[in-house]
Amino acid sequence: MIGEIDLDKAKKAIGDRSQFIHGDTAVAYGALLAGCRFFGGYPITPASEIAEKMAELLPKIGGKYIQMEDELGSIASVIGSSWAGAKAMTATSGPGFSLMQENIGFAHMSETPLVLANVQRSGPSTGQPTLGAQGDVMQVQYGSHGDFAAIALSPNNIQETLDLTIKSFNLAEKYRTPVMLMISADLGHMREMVEIPDEVETFERKEPKVSPEEYIPFGKGEYGKEKVPEFGIFGKGFRTYVTGLTHDEKGFPATDDQEDHDNLIRRQVEKITDDREELTDIERRRLDDAEKVIISYGITSRSAMGALKEGRNRGEKLGYLRLKTLWPFPKHVIKEISEQVDKIIVAELNLGQIYHKVAEHAECEVALADKIGGEVHSPEEILAEV
Amino acid sequence: MAEEQKFETEEKVERKQKTGMINAKELEEKYLRKGMMPHIFCTGCGIGTVLGLTLRAMEEIDMDLDNTVFLSGIGCSSRLPGYIDVDSLHTTHGRALAFATGVKITNPDLNVVIFTGDGDCIGIGGNHFIHAARRNIDITVIAVNNYIYGMTGGQVAPTTPEGDYATTAPHGNVEPPFDMSEMAMSAGATYVARWDLTKPVQPMKSIKEGLENKGMSFIELLSPCTTAYARQNKVGDIQEFWEWYDDRTMLAEEYEFEEEFSPMEEWEEIKEKMKIGVLKHEEKKSLGERMQEKIEEVKI
Ligand SMILES: Cc1ncc(C[n+]2csc(CCOP(=O)(O)OP(=O)(O)O)c2C)c(N)n1
Ligand code: SF4
Ligand SMILES: [Mg+2]
Repeated sequence: MIGEIDLDKAKKAIGDRSQFIHGDTAVAYGALLAGCRFFGGYPITPASEIAEKMAELLPKIGGKYIQMEDELGSIASVIGSSWAGAKAMTATSGPGFSLMQENIGFAHMSETPLVLANVQRSGPSTGQPTLGAQGDVMQVQYGSHGDFAAIALSPNNIQETLDLTIKSFNLAEKYRTPVMLMISADLGHMREMVEIPDEVETFERKEPKVSPEEYIPFGKGEYGKEKVPEFGIFGKGFRTYVTGLTHDEKGFPATDDQEDHDNLIRRQVEKITDDREELTDIERRRLDDAEKVIISYGITSRSAMGALKEGRNRGEKLGYLRLKTLWPFPKHVIKEISEQVDKIIVAELNLGQIYHKVAEHAECEVALADKIGGEVHSPEEILAEV
Repeated sequence: MAEEQKFETEEKVERKQKTGMINAKELEEKYLRKGMMPHIFCTGCGIGTVLGLTLRAMEEIDMDLDNTVFLSGIGCSSRLPGYIDVDSLHTTHGRALAFATGVKITNPDLNVVIFTGDGDCIGIGGNHFIHAARRNIDITVIAVNNYIYGMTGGQVAPTTPEGDYATTAPHGNVEPPFDMSEMAMSAGATYVARWDLTKPVQPMKSIKEGLENKGMSFIELLSPCTTAYARQNKVGDIQEFWEWYDDRTMLAEEYEFEEEFSPMEEWEEIKEKMKIGVLKHEEKKSLGERMQEKIEEVKI
């Protein structure tokens, strides 16, 4: 089995404490620091550098890297690895993310912790392979069939990409669920100075402390988060049956009963949505006297910051709100802000995705500053919608 | 409890030495998940026999049940892991081998066994299948070939013989069938055997050898689907099924003999039969061994 998570070894493999690296490397570093010891991948621009870094570093610290035959396989191998006891991840971009949807659903249904980094590029289809976009942010929550609650994070610089990768692993373990780190080609390939943290706080998987007979693999947890069951790692005698079929608390198929399905899925959804406020991570600027607020996330928030400064210079009472948590959607924050301001402008690199969620929960006028084609907004383009 | 278990095992070992076998009741007690009964299989279906053979093979090698994972995809045959009381992962259609790859690489000490169907294995899962074989990953794949998509009601499979009927080949199948064992061999699996279920012990022996082989083992079992296949193809009862297998299969040694010595016209007919027996057994480094060597080489 993959050995004890060893932070010192990970730091040694990573090297210098300050490094000028791009976002893809930051994802790999964050993963190693968080304790990730398995990567199942398939090359795709602009995410390949994550796989390349993991292929280089994982074997050095006793971890396992495998390039699978396709993305259907890479996400499957990650789920398998997680059940065998490793913190595990994959990375991809739009076309691969689309291929992974069925098994992402399986990860939700089987409550399997894992991390998926999506370095977004323009779509649909092969689109613009080397250019950034934010076109997959709805797919995270609505891409796989059926009902589930996604957790998705969106950093806007390289240090934060590393930090939120660590956080992604912690949330995956804490909630026994797949977590999506949503960056884009711009961040993936952009370089900035990064400090490798000395201390890393990690969340370790909650294993059952009861006998196999008493263990409930798919019900409410005995300790830890109430709606999150403990995780009986394969090979430790729990003899868990894990299935994508609707199942009872013990894991046995229970596909014909309305109530069984309702109980299972509601618990799986609520274990995340009950903690919406705790999971919400937001950056707020100049909101005190703001009459209008720009809401953005990821790389687009850097343009939004430019728009904020320029708008304020011109005397506009502008505010800035950045979503680091995309899912569960911070609807309470949107509602609260929309009661204070007259107008919200959502800026994003698609033709309107998170815009619809904001519009659903806002009490005020909501405008969209959309942009596609692989270039980020200029501040002017956002201000035009103000 | 440990004492009791030990005693029980000793008693069993003793009886096994006397009679050569443990009885069905004991197999059931030791290996089956009580909560899963009754099973889903139709009367006369071969899948239950596959389960029995697998349990007996596990008993023969005294497999450590707490250190064993069964995986499967989707289909009637893929329901099997549900009945065995070990850690098990019932995955998505065709993908079990990719899940198994993650399990095995992460914890090489686990025994990893996969149940799959013909559609699951070589239809939707074909890509994972050839790559698992190419890697020679140390897992055992038990493929139930019933020539049809059973679970979904009898649609044509990539293994359905040409001319046979299926709900989606109502005028007779116009496609040539896939030979899964040939594919496994050429892609790199190191143990490959194929049997029909009329043979009483050979399939069990092959499963056992497969479990013991340190590499990718592929055991193809030709198994009657009495509902979805038999009805459409007018195979009346199980007796007729056995004849059907007799007609369409030939022991590998005989087949090779015929290939060399039978006259042209006769060979043309024999050629179409499926070779059964242990078709390949060789020793080769597994993926896990190669990975571990690399780790030893580069680790810091
Ligand atoms: C992605 C996907 N496509 C289709 C199905 C429907 N489906 C379920 S079982 C099956 C065929 C299984 O055939 P086989 O593997 O031969 O198993 P058998 O039932 O014959 O044992 C199909 C097509 C599915 N579950 N998932
Ligand atoms: S449909 Fe065929 S394969 Fe499935 S259980 Fe019935 S007889 Fe067996
Ligand atoms: Mg079949």
